[in-house]
Amino acid sequence: MADARPAEQFASLDQQRDVAHAGMWVFLASETLFFGGLLAAYTVYRIWYPEGFAAASTKTDVVLGTINTAVLLTSSALMGAGVRVAEARGSGRAVGLLLLGTALLGLAFLGVKGTEYVKDAHDHLVPGYDFEFDERLRRGAELFFLLYFIMTGIHAVHLTVGILLVGAFAVRAWRGAFADRLEPVAIAGLYWHFVDLVWVFLYPLLYLNGRAG
Amino acid sequence: MSTIAVAPGRGPDESAIRIPNYLNTGTTLRSWLLTTDHKRIALLYFASLTAFFFIGGAAAVVIRLELATPQGNLIGSDTYNRLFTMHGIVMVWFFLVPAVPNTICNFVVPLMLGAKDLAFPRINLLSWYLFMAGGLLTVASLVAGGVDTGWTFYTPLSTLFANSYVALAALGVIVVGFSSIATGLNFIVTVHKLRAPGLTWYRLPIFIWSLYATSVILVLGTPVLTIALVLLLVERILKVGIFDPALGGDPLLWQHIFWFYSHPAVYIMILPGLGVVTELVTCFSRKRLFGYKFVAWASIGIAVIGFLVWGHHMFVSGQSLFASLVFSFLSYVVAVPSAIKVFNWTATLHGGWIRFDAPMLYALGFIGLFTIGGMTGLFLAALAVDVHVTDTYFVVAHFHYIMVGGMVSAFFGALHFWWPKITGRMYPEYWARTAAALMFFGFNLTFFPQFILGYLGMPRRYHAYPPEYQVWHVLSSGGAVLLAIAYLMPLVYLTWSMFRGVRAGPNPWQATGLEWQTPSPPPKENFATTPVVVRGPYDYRDRAAHPQHG
Repeated sequence: MADARPAEQFASLDQQRDVAHAGMWVFLASETLFFGGLLAAYTVYRIWYPEGFAAASTKTDVVLGTINTAVLLTSSALMGAGVRVAEARGSGRAVGLLLLGTALLGLAFLGVKGTEYVKDAHDHLVPGYDFEFDERLRRGAELFFLLYFIMTGIHAVHLTVGILLVGAFAVRAWRGAFADRLEPVAIAGLYWHFVDLVWVFLYPLLYLNGRAG
Repeated sequence: MSTIAVAPGRGPDESAIRIPNYLNTGTTLRSWLLTTDHKRIALLYFASLTAFFFIGGAAAVVIRLELATPQGNLIGSDTYNRLFTMHGIVMVWFFLVPAVPNTICNFVVPLMLGAKDLAFPRINLLSWYLFMAGGLLTVASLVAGGVDTGWTFYTPLSTLFANSYVALAALGVIVVGFSSIATGLNFIVTVHKLRAPGLTWYRLPIFIWSLYATSVILVLGTPVLTIALVLLLVERILKVGIFDPALGGDPLLWQHIFWFYSHPAVYIMILPGLGVVTELVTCFSRKRLFGYKFVAWASIGIAVIGFLVWGHHMFVSGQSLFASLVFSFLSYVVAVPSAIKVFNWTATLHGGWIRFDAPMLYALGFIGLFTIGGMTGLFLAALAVDVHVTDTYFVVAHFHYIMVGGMVSAFFGALHFWWPKITGRMYPEYWARTAAALMFFGFNLTFFPQFILGYLGMPRRYHAYPPEYQVWHVLSSGGAVLLAIAYLMPLVYLTWSMFRGVRAGPNPWQATGLEWQTPSPPPKENFATTPVVVRGPYDYRDRAAHPQHG
């Protein structure tokens, strides 16, 4: 911890911090295009099958979806607070607790999501496995649920990575590992907020469409 | 006469003193496989890419042998489909996309920037392991029986009907995509953050600008391919409909998402070549680059506009005519920055003190072949003409002029130019010039007849054809033999030169880049002291200091 020298390719710690931030931002730009491909597919098929998409999205569990949105937004607030405390060179234990709360809320999200998946399966909403729907709207509805599972599934994979990362950082922060090097916390925060932001797009697309009006 | 003592030494009278450099600092296998030194990772990539180049090339050899006669008498149509698919997949993702970025750039970019390494050395190593993992998956699909969809994986053929190892190959391409993203990310951050003091953006070599533009496409284009392939895998493995029209899907959606990556990927494959040629043309004509800022921004222009032209691959797909009109127009627009580069190289050559060393032969070959490839691209961007020549050998010839005549020439030009820096030894000039000339001649003999074939109506991807096409196919196959010999020659003489070549000294070309200011091969940390840059690139004013023509 006392050893606050930059890695050998850097001239200074400032440069190292800049590089780490820039790296995460470029990575997130790449991630945006990754999810962009999915959003494009969703958009195309929603235009093709407006009724099927509207009918299908009323079958998703809006209560659990909304609870999960609140859970994830709260986790981001804790993450943001953790980054602030770290930047203000506050106590490592406080940072550790905030990150732990973040990771636990992430786990809670996955738990709720898993419950939803079980419920969806029970309601015969899994394309390719067990899908029953009004024949007239079936094509659009099936595409909707396919995209629903792919989008939320890939989001859950990202969230799992975030939970592992933030959980590990919580332990290290508690032990005071980031006393001199704050950028890992801030960078994990960028990633966490991005995963949260993806959900902010998925929530209206998957849960609210067809429920308005 | 040279006023600077940089001419390569003659004979084996080199000093026996063992100067520490990146090659002799640690010689165990572990020191190579776990290295984070960008120069060593570049060599790991060189070795792997050479293997993939010859795998893809071997497939092409069998293809050209089969096409020497009109009847399909060497291999059947199913084997033929698998061969051209494997040729495409291996050459695109395991040679052309990483060719210059992961080898030459990996080696020289930190040196050009006056940096000790890339911004993320461990991610750089990770990218090589991802590359190898993706490569093994793809080779596994080849060994298991191959893929018969073409490298474009068009749906619903690839998802519903193909009776081959599509999933394995697609997985390999997904994994190698992660390697591409890691590479692009590393370069973008390195160029932004690790430039030496005084090295402003307009003092950067054009090579760096080109690589930067390439990296932007790698980072923003590749993830779209990843998600497209994920959707393809879901449809193929779970038997659900995403692109399947029988289940309400749209097969054209695949083409849109695929080409949104794969057209910019064409620029991934050519932009580094444009950068290489700029370095070679300035160095071997001893001139400043004509119109530096135009050439620099043309790279960025190509990257940006290149994202907006993908629909020109779909003119006959049934997409809206208005969409086709816009894509056609934009495809003409993207030719403008490419043309700027060609004109500015020509203007740089004008009045220059031109030397025809092997790298320059490759560069001049590149300019001619790239121009032909680009001009025939305009034929294809024209809606009416495209309908006539789409899916014919005209298209095959067009993109091989860019990819092989352009990029592979640039790769060999770069390899010869930086070879003394990489190995500390000169390659044999006579053999290198012979190989460059043979490559140019063999290439044209192989691919120019294919323009004529395509114009006459020979479709691509067929293993048999009517006898009236045979004369052109025989010319093409004959050219392919010469081309194969030309590609094998450097393998022999460059390997020889690693052990027996004359010592190069730090700057055998009297070039201006920072990479030439450190010993060859460079020490592990690149520079003894971080260089400070006080002038722009291509400061080739001093003709008097130029050595005699040799």
